[in-house]
Amino acid sequence: MPPLLRRRTLANIPVYVLLILFLVLAVIPFVLIFLAAFKDGTEIAHNTFGLPQTWNWFNFVEAWNQAHFNAYFRSSLIVVVPVVVVSTLLSVMTGYAFGRMRFPLSSLIFYIFLLGFMVPQEAYIIPLYYNMRKLGLLDSYWALILPQIGMSVCFGTFWMRGFFANIPRDLVDAARVDGASNWNALWRVMFPLVRPAILTLVVLVFIWTWNDFLLALVLITKDTLRTLPLGLAFFQGRYTTDIPLTSAGATIVALPTILIYILFQRQFIRGMTSGAVHG
Amino acid sequence: MPTRKVDVQAYLYILPALAFYAVFILWPILQTFWYSFHDWDGITLPTFTGLSNYLELAGDETFLAAIRNNLFFILFYTVLPIAFALLLTTLLTRRKIRGLTFFRAGLFLPQVMAMVVVGVAWRWIYHPLSGPLNQLLRAVGLEAWARPWLGDFDLALPAVGLIATWVQYGFCMVLFIAGVQHIEEGLYYAARIDGAGELQQFRHVTLPGQTGQIGVALVTTLIAALRIFDLVYVTTRGGPGTQTLVSALYLYRNAFGINRVGYGAAIAVVLTILILLISYAVLRFQSRQERMVQ
Repeated sequence: MPPLLRRRTLANIPVYVLLILFLVLAVIPFVLIFLAAFKDGTEIAHNTFGLPQTWNWFNFVEAWNQAHFNAYFRSSLIVVVPVVVVSTLLSVMTGYAFGRMRFPLSSLIFYIFLLGFMVPQEAYIIPLYYNMRKLGLLDSYWALILPQIGMSVCFGTFWMRGFFANIPRDLVDAARVDGASNWNALWRVMFPLVRPAILTLVVLVFIWTWNDFLLALVLITKDTLRTLPLGLAFFQGRYTTDIPLTSAGATIVALPTILIYILFQRQFIRGMTSGAVHG
Repeated sequence: MPTRKVDVQAYLYILPALAFYAVFILWPILQTFWYSFHDWDGITLPTFTGLSNYLELAGDETFLAAIRNNLFFILFYTVLPIAFALLLTTLLTRRKIRGLTFFRAGLFLPQVMAMVVVGVAWRWIYHPLSGPLNQLLRAVGLEAWARPWLGDFDLALPAVGLIATWVQYGFCMVLFIAGVQHIEEGLYYAARIDGAGELQQFRHVTLPGQTGQIGVALVTTLIAALRIFDLVYVTTRGGPGTQTLVSALYLYRNAFGINRVGYGAAIAVVLTILILLISYAVLRFQSRQERMVQ
């Protein structure tokens, strides 16, 4: 190794030490919780940091069956799937309209959409509760699905518009010359071009819906209809001392997130650092 | 360039999304304003009371304590993570880091996790008896420092705050690392020719090159500090006393705990306006800075 390169490598060592330190700090709480989920009440007291003596699944089984995490998981899925599908589809349409079409009041309507993702949920949660009560939708999945779509299309509109607006003109004109209608131009010509942006949108809407807390806290009171974060919060409130069982529950909530995060890490980071603040 | 003709079809493309948004978000936002001028228990007829909810808020000690706590959280959500991250980013500047993607992924993880999971994990870490933190302190002979962190009158607020710092620092780091990579190497070279030291290079090249990233970090973390709810709900429920009470939790208690719907709505209005103002201010500042750099 030439001396200069070796010196440079040595100079980098403190940087790596720091990076590793901060990395460990970022993941250790999750690792501890994951390990705690395999221990029992007595083991956790004297073996907090080490690997479990045996990899026991009983906490997961109990959390899943007795502590209703199977029902919470089902609720979360039933809410998340339609929200992601419908809001992505609608956002592609609005993004296309704002990015590529000219029509009166377009910028005013766009700013109104923008408002929807800048305000916090607290801005509408109180009347939303009373409106849902009037509609008889409290304690139903609709109470979560419908507002989640309303929120997600605001971000989606903002997100997709930018990508549609940046498609080179000649590509669009080529489609026009071919006599393609708006609808065909959107789905045949432009959809493939904005596919990476759509993937990021899907991933972000998924995570925001999956993690949502306030809506489910206010609009759902029936235990079996609760989504995972709510189920976990209430479970923890009731069984504060059963740390292994709570940890198993927390792991069940976290696992789908981690899985999707590992698969779509680039999309997550690109989307969440884009300055798109979620209210 | 030929002017495109007006496309009335556009409204059809917008209509479905707008319908969802208008019915379930936009209309309730307007209703919140309307509610805030009323006294309502959620059951009987509301009575119009004008600005009296807002006047009451201005003198409500509990609300003011909650706002003070929100402002205190800015230290943990915004100041500390951005300071940390900037410091670390200078170390990473202009170095080839192997495995950067890997580090980035790990540092960013707390940001994608549900706050409830984060809260459950940290509540255990802070647990008086079996919590890893106190165990660690006892193991190194600092048992005098071990305490029920989240139940401690003076330490509960910073203890919750440090969780927020932990959630945000990785996010800020990832943001700034990306920013630094976009700064042209030539600028550093020119600065060195002019005799700028490491510190001056940071001040005159790295910082101005990061205006966009710092703006994003500011908006994101300031809003997070103002609307903090899940984390406090799961870890302390605002206690002990009102030591960790925040405005979103106070809103929730008024509107859904003791059915002071109008009063809760007034808190919502104040919170919303505060958040919109801050986003606007940061974005304005940012675009002015960018113009100055150009």
